[in-house]
Amino acid sequence: MHIDLRTVTIKPLRHTFDNIARRLGADKPATRYQEGTLDMQQTVNFHYRPTWDPDHEIYDASRTAIKMADWYAFKDPRQFYYGAYTMARAKQQDTAEANFDFVENRGLAETLPADVRATVLELLVPLRHVAWGSNMNNASICAYSYGTAFSQPGIYQAMDQLGIAQYLTRVGLLLGGVDVLDEAKDSWMTADTWQGLRRYVEDCMVLKDPVELFVAQNVALDGLLYPLVYETIVDDVLSAKGGTPVAMLTQFMTDWFAETKRWTDATMKTAAAESAENKEILAKWVSQWRDRAAATLLPVARIALNERTDELVAEVVQQFNARLVKAGVPL
Amino acid sequence: MDMQVAKKKLGLKERYAVMTRGLDWVPSYQKMEDIYPYMTYEGIKIHDWDKWEDPFRLTMDAYWKYQSEKERKLYAVLDAFNQNNGHLNVTDARYINTVKLFVSGISPLEYVAHRGFAHAGRQFPGPGPRVACLMQSLDEIRHAQTQVHAVANYNKYYNGMHDFHHAHDRVWFLSVPKSFFDDAITAGPFEFMVSIGFSFEYVLTNLLFVPFVSGAAYNGDMGTMTFGFSAQSDEARHMTLGLEVIKFILEQDPDNLPIVQRWIDKWTWRGYRVLTLVAMMMDYMLPKRTMSWKEAWEIYFEENGGALFKDLARYGITMPKCAEQIALEKDHLSHQAWSTFYNYAAAANFHTWMPDEDEMAWLSAKYPNSYDKYYRPRMEYWREQAAKGNRFYNKTLPMLCQTCQVPMIFTEPGDPTKTCYREVDYKDSKYHFCSDHCKAIFEHEPEKYVQSWLPVHQIYQGNCFPEGTDPTVEGFDPLAAVLKYYHLESGRDNLDFEGSEDQKNFDEWRGMATKNV
Ligand SMILES: [Fe+2]
Ligand SMILES: [Fe+2]
Repeated sequence: MHIDLRTVTIKPLRHTFDNIARRLGADKPATRYQEGTLDMQQTVNFHYRPTWDPDHEIYDASRTAIKMADWYAFKDPRQFYYGAYTMARAKQQDTAEANFDFVENRGLAETLPADVRATVLELLVPLRHVAWGSNMNNASICAYSYGTAFSQPGIYQAMDQLGIAQYLTRVGLLLGGVDVLDEAKDSWMTADTWQGLRRYVEDCMVLKDPVELFVAQNVALDGLLYPLVYETIVDDVLSAKGGTPVAMLTQFMTDWFAETKRWTDATMKTAAAESAENKEILAKWVSQWRDRAAATLLPVARIALNERTDELVAEVVQQFNARLVKAGVPL
Repeated sequence: MDMQVAKKKLGLKERYAVMTRGLDWVPSYQKMEDIYPYMTYEGIKIHDWDKWEDPFRLTMDAYWKYQSEKERKLYAVLDAFNQNNGHLNVTDARYINTVKLFVSGISPLEYVAHRGFAHAGRQFPGPGPRVACLMQSLDEIRHAQTQVHAVANYNKYYNGMHDFHHAHDRVWFLSVPKSFFDDAITAGPFEFMVSIGFSFEYVLTNLLFVPFVSGAAYNGDMGTMTFGFSAQSDEARHMTLGLEVIKFILEQDPDNLPIVQRWIDKWTWRGYRVLTLVAMMMDYMLPKRTMSWKEAWEIYFEENGGALFKDLARYGITMPKCAEQIALEKDHLSHQAWSTFYNYAAAANFHTWMPDEDEMAWLSAKYPNSYDKYYRPRMEYWREQAAKGNRFYNKTLPMLCQTCQVPMIFTEPGDPTKTCYREVDYKDSKYHFCSDHCKAIFEHEPEKYVQSWLPVHQIYQGNCFPEGTDPTVEGFDPLAAVLKYYHLESGRDNLDFEGSEDQKNFDEWRGMATKNV
């Protein structure tokens, strides 16, 4: 039986779920981001403690030093719930696919000047391992942080970084094939250039505080690496040398960073605005991890920037500081 | 240009390998056991993570493309459902109680699955299983959210689901599904994968999702049906992951077999006890039935599961022993469960009712060995009493099983006239169980199960009243206080369907659509 019910006008008993109405302060229509995020995580009456972490509850705000009266104070400015997230990424992936096709079909990879090509192989391809590390670290952030508003973007970020690692892999395959990937991995494991960064990534993998991990990975490392590699090196330096096709192959990363930093900034802002204690802890983490990240990125940047390395890295650090100060973190 | 000549085209499998496991490396600045600290305490031995066979090969670009298409279609259907008052197309308003059961009992579990797979997807040292688990983590937040979005429209017009997150953490019977997933996520990563990845997603999924989704389809609920079907293609991936996990663990070391067998036994039983809710939904709550619980069990477990366990025999895995008891219970499970909920309808977040004459005839036909003999008489009696204005609500509290947390309502295997009680003394306390299987699960890990947050105990201890409640005052009404703690509105969210606001509103709204007022 199907009745056409379009013509019936009935008055709803309520407009949204009570937990949402309590948070909005009124019973009014809520967005899908709100309904898919607010209070999604269970909060009380857990039955058992994790056998793998008996000092904590399944979800436990005390896994981090950051204290929030309400972990749903965090808001993703992108309003990403799963549907909005996948649709946004599908669009970017379309563009990336078109860009790869364009470069491949016109044989543009073969026309790259030798020094640009060498830079891509030496610099970009090993970064696939950095992205892979970020995938793991963001999986931790998602698994061990408190409240869906904070944890949810973690899984999106984790899978984005896997996607980025895969795009970088494709760049390697396009420019040279599997051998190139092996050589890049060899550098990642043994070359002096990369050891500082590899140590940084591995050190992040043992961090137990999910918010500190968020700062070390998403704020400090990516906050310097993406502007440095994708904006300064690829978009400016390499493009000026005839490397525009490379910029096409990494457009996903450029766009992605511009988008995701809105989320990292909003998150820092909310956490810092909560209390003087939070502000102090965040400032300490940001400056420690920033200094380490900047130092480990120097030899990596030198592959492309040569004698301009110190100057351009300093510039990126300065922009980073300005960004964080604007987000309310005193540096 | 020489490089171009040397560049060979990669096969699908090789290509996927460089896109995933090729990204991984053996750390040297931190120790493996510090990066992956939970890998040994369960006793599972893995010698070579490279032997992992990727159960599916999906790179992120393809994932985004494919999943976003599904999302687009799903939300288009939901939008149309909302605009067109699709809820008035369901068979009758009793059906909506299955939606309440689903959103408060099952959807929150999808969320736990999301977090649990993020945890597993971080902890396995093998890059293959890590990627597969993280993809499932991402799928599971999809399931949790699409379900909330689909049910949001019902919530606007019907009672009982307005504060379902709050209810899930508190309402007595919801501790059954909640403790099941809490049990899984607090277990080690390998047990989590066997419990959820294999036992739940592979062995039992057809008994959980298929009844709800086909129930929705049979009863005109387009919204639920659509998210169910949309999730099916994710489930196909999850099932292959669950099976690969089992095979991989078993192939790695012969010492893993007894551990895995014990987990399969435990989780089949734990899962089955949660399915008690599905059994009564199938036999009593769907106005238009799809099949009986008994038929579903026979097809999806005894036939399909039988074939699966035959297949796993080459690893030494045998059919869980509890299957024998489940077979004995299949004539009784749904009737005992529905009788219980009929009794406790004053404290539930959905309505109950007695089957009408046609429905009883259906039950007699589907359960020729048990319904007329044991259950029809008591249901007819309750129906008569209700007709006389004596609708019976049980306001005392039942004893709960320490393991599965279902009230102790089940009968002795083979004797449907005798309630089954088991008990264990442990460290100066007595613990009670619904069955030998729940007792055995407790005995293997007593330190875990003594922690159970048993709703009835908690109520008696005074932990389930709103803050500031004084239970010693004259005329204190414990049920009213508990309902307040649950955020349930007495008279709207609970009690019998007959005379409920849901029933009245649905009739009136549908009348507006079908009659000239
Ligand atoms: Fe699911
Ligand atoms: Fe039990």
